[in-house]
Amino acid sequence: MADGSIGLWTVPLAVLGGAIRVSTPFLFVSLGECITERAGRINLGLEGTLVVGAMSAYGISYLTGSPWLGVLAAGITGALLGALHAGICSLPRVNDVAVGIALMLFGTGLAFYLGKPLIEPTAPRLPAIDFGWWSDIPQVRAALRINVLFLIGVVLAPILYWAFRTTRWGLLIRTAGESSDAARAMGHSVLLIRLRATMAGGFLAGIGGSFLSLFYPGSWNEGLSSGQGITAVALVIFARWDPLLCLWASLAFGGAAALGPALQSVGITSGYHLFNAAPYILTLAIMIITCSPKRTLTGAPAELSITR
Amino acid sequence: MIIGETPPPSGAFGVDAVAMTMRFGDFLALDNVELKVRPGSFHALLGENGAGKSTLVKCIMGYYHATEGDIIVGGREQAIANPKNAHALGLGMVYQHFTLVPAMTVAENLVLARDDVPAVVNWPKEMKELEAFLGRMPFRVPLGAKVSDISAGERQKCEILKQLYLKRRFLILDEPTSVLTPAEADEVLGMLREMVVRGELTILMITHKFREVMAFADDVTILRRGKLAGAGKVSELTPDAMARTMIGAEELTVQPPRTGKPGQARLELQKLRALDDTGAVAVHDVSLTVRAGEIVGIAGVSGNGQRQLVEVLAGQREAESGEIRVAGDPYRASREEMRRHKMSLLPEEPLKNACVGGMSVADNIAFRDFDRAPFARGWWLNPRAFRDDARTRIARYKIKTRTPDTPISALSGGNVQRAVLARELGGDVEVLIAANPCFGLDFAAVAQIHAEIMAARNRGAAVLLVSEDLDELLELSDRLVVMFHGEFVYEARTSEADLTVVGRHMAGH
Repeated sequence: MADGSIGLWTVPLAVLGGAIRVSTPFLFVSLGECITERAGRINLGLEGTLVVGAMSAYGISYLTGSPWLGVLAAGITGALLGALHAGICSLPRVNDVAVGIALMLFGTGLAFYLGKPLIEPTAPRLPAIDFGWWSDIPQVRAALRINVLFLIGVVLAPILYWAFRTTRWGLLIRTAGESSDAARAMGHSVLLIRLRATMAGGFLAGIGGSFLSLFYPGSWNEGLSSGQGITAVALVIFARWDPLLCLWASLAFGGAAALGPALQSVGITSGYHLFNAAPYILTLAIMIITCSPKRTLTGAPAELSITR
Repeated sequence: MIIGETPPPSGAFGVDAVAMTMRFGDFLALDNVELKVRPGSFHALLGENGAGKSTLVKCIMGYYHATEGDIIVGGREQAIANPKNAHALGLGMVYQHFTLVPAMTVAENLVLARDDVPAVVNWPKEMKELEAFLGRMPFRVPLGAKVSDISAGERQKCEILKQLYLKRRFLILDEPTSVLTPAEADEVLGMLREMVVRGELTILMITHKFREVMAFADDVTILRRGKLAGAGKVSELTPDAMARTMIGAEELTVQPPRTGKPGQARLELQKLRALDDTGAVAVHDVSLTVRAGEIVGIAGVSGNGQRQLVEVLAGQREAESGEIRVAGDPYRASREEMRRHKMSLLPEEPLKNACVGGMSVADNIAFRDFDRAPFARGWWLNPRAFRDDARTRIARYKIKTRTPDTPISALSGGNVQRAVLARELGGDVEVLIAANPCFGLDFAAVAQIHAEIMAARNRGAAVLLVSEDLDELLELSDRLVVMFHGEFVYEARTSEADLTVVGRHMAGH
């Protein structure tokens, strides 16, 4: 292998590298949605939040020269969109799914409108850490160039898992999601808990968006998100509302999405588009295996409008 | 009046509600009601549904703000603006519906209920403290178990323990024994009574069970239609006198006597198995025969598979295996079979399981026959026939509705159940399946429903009556079966059934 060729090993390496790269937005959006849904609300608007986050991160990074300020801006705009969703949903007789769809369209439209001048310029991008320094095989080095946001997400998942169990906020979020009656009987405001949970969810989804424009693909254009936001919401369902499972599910999804490009890189081009559909086939397969008309989903927060 | 006063001293204290009046719009829910609960006493609050019991205690707990009247806690007038104020004064309430979070453990639920939940919970330390607390309590609950996995009786104990854990010294219990077996009810109430006698606690219990009032309460207050109907020492009253005070002059439907002997087998279940929503076996290969002219009662604490059994019979759930036969024919709960065998269903929560809330009373009454003459001709429905038929039935079953076109969800629980009765029992009935048909209804509705069920039996219907109310089963059924963990564990003729044995089987011993 003196010539640096590692043959078919390229494929798993590329899938691994791709999994890490592609999964990051999935990871952030699904962790955010996990918080929101655990509090008893579904926010389908996260697709819009993702795109708005990408746009604002790119814009702020371009204007200030600091990609991290861009990430922060993406989080804040995401939280604001979350507050909008929660605010509308706290009115009587409002359906959170319908509001989510409206905000999804609103978010993408807004981002395209405001982002028009951002298509041309180049903004500073987020850094990555080189974990492949020990190897001189370029494919290994490429696969192990890991972006910082992914690392933050990987740390965040177990923290959330721990927080749902042992912090006051975690317990309150779960109470609001499992039994709003119980939360009210304890004198807590369910609407307020859900507002904060939806804002936290929007914050994380916005950060997920910043990854798209500031790392991979790393520019702002209107075709930036191909439904990652909405897929991540579905991901939460088969991760059974568990942050740790969200991490694994995101990785599996990222890996599946990287399969097509990885095969292409070793010259397997037939069925390229079919392999690109791998994440969606994976979704369908998991849904079919895990769901049954005769039983309810285990682990589903009881207050969600889809389980009630 | 001292500013920044401290909470009442330790030990039991009393609560008085003086001249309480509560208006909701035009409706007068409480009319100048007075309630005096002495410190260290066990006080029963009796009344029919809608008599204002819940409204009264919710005013005390700060959920509602009475239009007029004062609350005196431990001898001092208090303005209770919200439940938190009430909690700070040492008042606690155990609700009829559980306020525990099912997906959480008992320990999580207890700690969560505190006002001072730490930002980060130190679980090992909390568990040690909880264990120590439970050691001082009269009954125990599994701390590590999820609430959804423990029995209804344990949940009720948990609710009460939660109040004691929060150091509440005036407890309001809203029908606390409705989910308990008689033995469990005696255990829980007996232990609370001991705490009352020791002077640690005052209890105000909403109930409709005279047996419990006679056995555990010191004093009783009786409400009727938002007014104070009577009050006094339990030792000076009889159940009859209390019932008369509760109902007033209203005439109750007289139940026909039991006549005729059971005939041929009509409804047969053979090794029927059904799953619950989580995929666990809820009905475990049960076999049962109900004969014509017979009422078979299924007793059991709720959550032992009764709901799934009724859902299978009603066609709401598919059986996993086993067979149902009606008059010898296999039965799969199709509309055609139901019509052919004259099946009738009185499911629990009728508004949810037997009605379409947004449709009119007339439409709901016509569900069984809306697609055949005289209600339909070919493709066309005849709305006038609907309304005419509904008018007759509304009169016959005394359904209180403004018009036949009123949406059925606007009716009270008793009248919804009367409308379902009118539909299900208005014609010939060969098989009747009833599940908790009187749950949450007033005396008049209960008497009417009981009379109708007995009349159907006397006319030769095979009746399967699933109920959590043992008194109802003892009154109506010819034969009694106890269901526990999805199995029939005990069977006896009702006339020979021993209440303590039945109760033991309900608890699974």
